[in-house]
Amino acid sequence: MIQVDSFPTHTFGEFKLRPGKPLPFGATIVPNGVNFSVFSRAAYSCELVLFRKREKEPFAIIPFFDEFRIGNVFTMVVFDLDYEDIEYGFRMDGPWIPNEGHRFDKTKILMDPYAKLIGGRDVWGEDPDWFDMYQHRARIVFDDFDWEGDRPLEIPMEDLIIYELHVRGFTRHSSSNTKHPGTFSALKEKIPYLNVLGINCVELMPIHEFDEFENSREINGRKLLNYWGYSNLGFFAPKAGYAASGKFGMQVDEFKSLIKEFHRHGIEVILDVVFNHTAEGNEMGPYISYRGLDNKTYYMLSPDGYYMNFSGCGNTLNCNNPIVRNMILDCLRYWASEFHIDGFRFDLAAILGRDQNGAPMSNPPLIESLAYDPILGKCKLIAEAWDAGGLYQVGSFPGGSRWAEWNGKYRDDIRRFIKGDEKMLGVVQQRIEGSPDLYKWHGGGTCASVNFITCHDGFVLMDLVSYDHKHNEANGEDNRDGGDDNHSWNCGWEGETENYWINRLRVKQIKNALSILLVSQGVPMILSGDEFGNSQFGNNNAYCQDNEISWLDWSLLEKNQYLHNFVKLLIKFRFKHPVLRNNTHFQHRDYVGSGYPDISWHGTQAWNVDYSDWSRTIAFLLCGKHAKNGMVEDDYIYVAMNLHWEMHGFQIPSLPAGMSWYIFSNTDVEPPFDICEPGYEPILENQNEILVGPRSVTILVGR
Amino acid sequence: MESLFNIKIENGTAKITLSGRLDTSNAGALSDELKTLIGQDIQKVVFFVNDLEYISSAGLRVIIFAKQKIGTDTRVYLVGANSTILDVVKMTGMDNFLFIQDTYQD
Repeated sequence: MIQVDSFPTHTFGEFKLRPGKPLPFGATIVPNGVNFSVFSRAAYSCELVLFRKREKEPFAIIPFFDEFRIGNVFTMVVFDLDYEDIEYGFRMDGPWIPNEGHRFDKTKILMDPYAKLIGGRDVWGEDPDWFDMYQHRARIVFDDFDWEGDRPLEIPMEDLIIYELHVRGFTRHSSSNTKHPGTFSALKEKIPYLNVLGINCVELMPIHEFDEFENSREINGRKLLNYWGYSNLGFFAPKAGYAASGKFGMQVDEFKSLIKEFHRHGIEVILDVVFNHTAEGNEMGPYISYRGLDNKTYYMLSPDGYYMNFSGCGNTLNCNNPIVRNMILDCLRYWASEFHIDGFRFDLAAILGRDQNGAPMSNPPLIESLAYDPILGKCKLIAEAWDAGGLYQVGSFPGGSRWAEWNGKYRDDIRRFIKGDEKMLGVVQQRIEGSPDLYKWHGGGTCASVNFITCHDGFVLMDLVSYDHKHNEANGEDNRDGGDDNHSWNCGWEGETENYWINRLRVKQIKNALSILLVSQGVPMILSGDEFGNSQFGNNNAYCQDNEISWLDWSLLEKNQYLHNFVKLLIKFRFKHPVLRNNTHFQHRDYVGSGYPDISWHGTQAWNVDYSDWSRTIAFLLCGKHAKNGMVEDDYIYVAMNLHWEMHGFQIPSLPAGMSWYIFSNTDVEPPFDICEPGYEPILENQNEILVGPRSVTILVGR
Repeated sequence: MESLFNIKIENGTAKITLSGRLDTSNAGALSDELKTLIGQDIQKVVFFVNDLEYISSAGLRVIIFAKQKIGTDTRVYLVGANSTILDVVKMTGMDNFLFIQDTYQD
């Protein structure tokens, strides 16, 4: 059957047209043509500008006829377009009254906010033509990918181990040994490595189209780029420069193929999404899209029309305007349904809870819509629960039980504990138990807490134990950028050293940190490269360093193979023991009749913690019969943490009759005897006491 | 620019020889030809691409089409692809379901 509405009703020059469908927004392939639809509340008129791929001058400018506007939406079908060879944009005519928030400029060609494929930066780092009148070019995407039966994995949140990585930095270094370094395709080649390590979820730093040349500059002969990419051009398009096939415009296929392969290997994919601002900057910034389409709708503006800056990046996306809210929802639904994405981490998510004037809301509609959305129903939602405007909501993010948070307090408290600060035992207990002090009211149980000690932002783990201070001179901002509250300790020398004892202590501190992380309740997150001692040479804010500072040096994998092995076995240990992965908080009592509470805390004396300010020794016992609320039976686990610089003997609580203690790991021992294959631990000689070396963590298994 | 393609069917095998350029200007025509194979009990579709100079994403999609529409049990072969074409095929994950060969072997 041929539908009546697949025939043109209008002509403009050589083009055949008809009124389009307002939904979906963006460009959609329809029988015999392409349906274009774009929103603007305040524009008087709109034109569609068509280019052949990469050509400087448009080959057509087609006005939307009056009858093609429905409400605030301009929409039409253009017939017989060679849509593989087309780049399209819009021009909007409307008021220029900046102090009322309107900044229309009918000479600017604007990118479609719903563009699913964006050309213009097809190959990473290739100098663009700055005189091009249309820099970031919307293209039309095919959606005929063969998923071969794939679907999101839906791994329970408490069973996740997240691994944060930067798509380019992960494989760009010459040591990565991949065919197309720095791309989705190269990341696919590294899946076997990730399988060996054992993580089951990758969190990708922004992969949406951004401009690596935004604020690019040269410092001491080094070109600095917008390398991290926390600055979106388009929310619907994967970054072309991250795809080896970007020069063929096939980044969508390449990225989907990567996700399919991750899923096939049991690894979920979480995207870092940046809905707090766009790449258009402040009043001085360029016209890319939103500013020229409907400035007042898309941005938070002061009463006199200036951009509010809660993001620290010049502007703030007006997330709780219903139009923008729907765009965000459409966007996430698109990634979840079309790309099979398993979850999202929201950068500076506190902004999502600010109203249109910037004030924090108690029940923000966007946060609620995302929590209850049917299509996102099984997606993980993780908030970075603070913003650059001073709103800090760790433990109070208004999302309810569907939302987890990056637990910044976990990071700070565990760092201070490891470094040897006083008065830490009370908070460390909370952190290890999944931060019930922050999340018990929240309803999400331990899964509300994404525990991490390092992430892309701040020191990497090797630098956390190698530097007292940040060293960001290479960023060209006189070392003023980047955080100062690192809670780091250099172990006796600032930076690299040949000193055997310092290096030994550093590796031990890394092992201490990861041991604690992987026996804490909640969802652990590891920063890529930390498992083999990757360094950023003291730079704690490598956002602009597209070079050896931030690229993972894979040659360290061989040099630090014992560290890698240690992390691999810790991960295996966590998966083997459900008692480490409860999804509810502990009750501190025996509710299954085992004679032991679910968790009990100990000091150098069993059942007796020394809470003195200067005490740095603490231990805990997990009763295996309480695993998963007593639903499964596990071994008992005892973890002794001595972050004091002296050795201490720990009296071990006794086990039920017939059971014995076995030693799984001891960070004070030289490899390969520092850790065992889980299940094959040797029996502990003295069942009543163990010596825990200075600044060391020991893990025992009772069975 | 016109691509030349030539389809022969022998014992349930469709042999398709492609040359020149395969892009949006002619991918549709090839796709239409392939549609005529639906329901003809084709077990194998073999693309001979030794003389293919360029394939655009629309061209690749015709090959995907062969896999998806002619029949899920149909085996699709890509024979004689040059390294540029092979790279694109691999980067986009199409190598998962294609049999890639230098010269055609049953």
